[in-house]
Amino acid sequence: MSITYLEAIREAQAKALADDPRVFIYGQDIGAFGGAFKATKNLAHEFPGRVLDSPISEDAMVGLGVGAAIEGRRPIIEMQFADFSTVGFNQIVNQAATLFWRTNVPCPITVRLPCGGTMGGGPFHSQTMESIYAHYPGLIVMTPATVEDAYSMLLEAVALDDPVVFCEHKLLYYHLKADKLPTEALPTGKARIAREGRDLTIVAYSAMVHEALAAAEELAAEGVQIEVVDLRTVKPLDTDTVMASVARTGRLLCVGESWPWGGVNAEVIARVASEGFGLLDAPPRRLNAKDTPVPYHPNLWAAHRPTARSIATEARKILRS
Amino acid sequence: MLQTALKPGAVGDSTFRETYLKAYRFMLLARILDDKFASLYRAGKIHGGVFLGRGQEALSVAIGLALQKGDIFAPLIRDLAGRLAFGEPVIDAVRTYLGSPLGPMRARDGNVHRGQPKEGIFPMISHLGAMISVVNGALLARRFSGVKDTVGAASLGDGATSTGAFHEGLNQAAVEKLPLLLIIANNQYAYSTPTTRQFACHSLVDRAVGYGVEGYSIDGTDLEACVKSLQQAASKARSGKGPQLIVANLLRLCGHGEHDPAEYVDAKLKCLPGGRDCLKAAEEEMQCRNWGHPEMISLWRSEAVHKVEEAVATVQREPGPDPYKEDWSAISTKHLSEGNG
Repeated sequence: MSITYLEAIREAQAKALADDPRVFIYGQDIGAFGGAFKATKNLAHEFPGRVLDSPISEDAMVGLGVGAAIEGRRPIIEMQFADFSTVGFNQIVNQAATLFWRTNVPCPITVRLPCGGTMGGGPFHSQTMESIYAHYPGLIVMTPATVEDAYSMLLEAVALDDPVVFCEHKLLYYHLKADKLPTEALPTGKARIAREGRDLTIVAYSAMVHEALAAAEELAAEGVQIEVVDLRTVKPLDTDTVMASVARTGRLLCVGESWPWGGVNAEVIARVASEGFGLLDAPPRRLNAKDTPVPYHPNLWAAHRPTARSIATEARKILRS
Repeated sequence: MLQTALKPGAVGDSTFRETYLKAYRFMLLARILDDKFASLYRAGKIHGGVFLGRGQEALSVAIGLALQKGDIFAPLIRDLAGRLAFGEPVIDAVRTYLGSPLGPMRARDGNVHRGQPKEGIFPMISHLGAMISVVNGALLARRFSGVKDTVGAASLGDGATSTGAFHEGLNQAAVEKLPLLLIIANNQYAYSTPTTRQFACHSLVDRAVGYGVEGYSIDGTDLEACVKSLQQAASKARSGKGPQLIVANLLRLCGHGEHDPAEYVDAKLKCLPGGRDCLKAAEEEMQCRNWGHPEMISLWRSEAVHKVEEAVATVQREPGPDPYKEDWSAISTKHLSEGNG
């Protein structure tokens, strides 16, 4: 038996609904239809009245979640695509993210964002939003890269008393599989060493972890040992694990699917440069998507985002310097 | 679906007399407290802006009185009277304006951005219309819990009706048939923008039909009309009739904030229906009906002044917030906080 990344998300929600009567799910087409990606398949049937179709109103969907959270509920809000969360942005960053600090009343809301590029997704069904949300105080931003993390981190997101932006990658939905669901997990905020190596640290998260691992495999054939750090949550950022890895390798490449200006890669490099400059044997580098909207055609899309090949090319530059 | 609240009869029973006088006292207290905030602002004692409810007290107090303890209220910036009637202590308002760490917002947020969510007063963010869906969420949660006999009120101005959040929020409440009172104080200006540049429909209450909710159009300067319409609407919402949209016509008798001399206000509006001062109108009505002697009103006034002065004096003696004692953490799960710079 095997379980996919998408099924893990479905199973985590089923478990959250079963274990905690405070949990409910609200989003577009998630009821009887089971969601655009089927992340809530059969849940409306299994948990009557707790998996509710919303109007196409991202702002009001998140606002409703905040109000329910104030009343002690644990809402999971499904955005149909991460891209559409821009329409609910105000409620996420100004309402949910400020509530605890302003009032001392926690806001345990989870906003699920199906994010990232897929072939043919185009400019408005492909975006990655973690850098935008991580910028705002008051939010926890999760970016699971594995089936196990998709499951355990979503359960953790629902259990946390703070608002969580849960960035699940659509490219991993169907292809990424595990033998079974995990029974234990690293704590929230802790990064994972996805592959050990001594020559260069690649820091990645979400789908880019798999591109980084493939690049590491390619470079291993050239006798280079790459260490891959999977951030898991981009906020809080596990600077300690990153720094310890850089201390071992002396070289750093940050890889993210989001756009280059600012963002998670820039943050990791800023922290390593300011707190661990002496650990570096070469200038740190970053690899992001290109600074254009996400293109539609697979040929353009494949060149727009970082891939194993472009990561390996970038890694070689650092290793030569 | 569209209703225009009946002009109430001139003679009320003794219960209504009590309600009217109670409402008047909250209006009076709110006006005196607002005037105090204005003078503190002019004296440079308030850090940010000051936003008054002058001219809107009749509508506001009617909201506060139509709600019961345990209901939900997401006020407008001009809802001091309604807040007081709903039970917000005077000192909460003073502490928030003066930035006392002992206030409900602990000096982290100020002026009209105050509330106590667990007491049912939701503190507004500045983005208009954004509180409607939050009230909806709280009402939905109560439905999940099997709580009946509850309502939530969201109070807005005419400008907020132009936002997407207003549309999404009202539509959402209508779809879920939530016990929402959505009160629009049409005070003729959104900051400086007149209603002619804000909307093109004949009356905002016409929108009720479009959303499939009940609508009421009232004179927001007539305390009796406000109290009776809000009570009727609240009672319908409470009994499962879904959202109620109340549009009150009135005039803002001050600037958008105290920084704003409001020279753009058309003087003719004051002579039109809805342009009068609702507090004076209530006093005149009380005299006509022989409800409350002038001496009694004078006593109420001095009691209100005393209450306000006492609260201000108390808060002015309180120390300001200490940045070195602030924990600078925006989340409740402390070990996950990236704060502390």
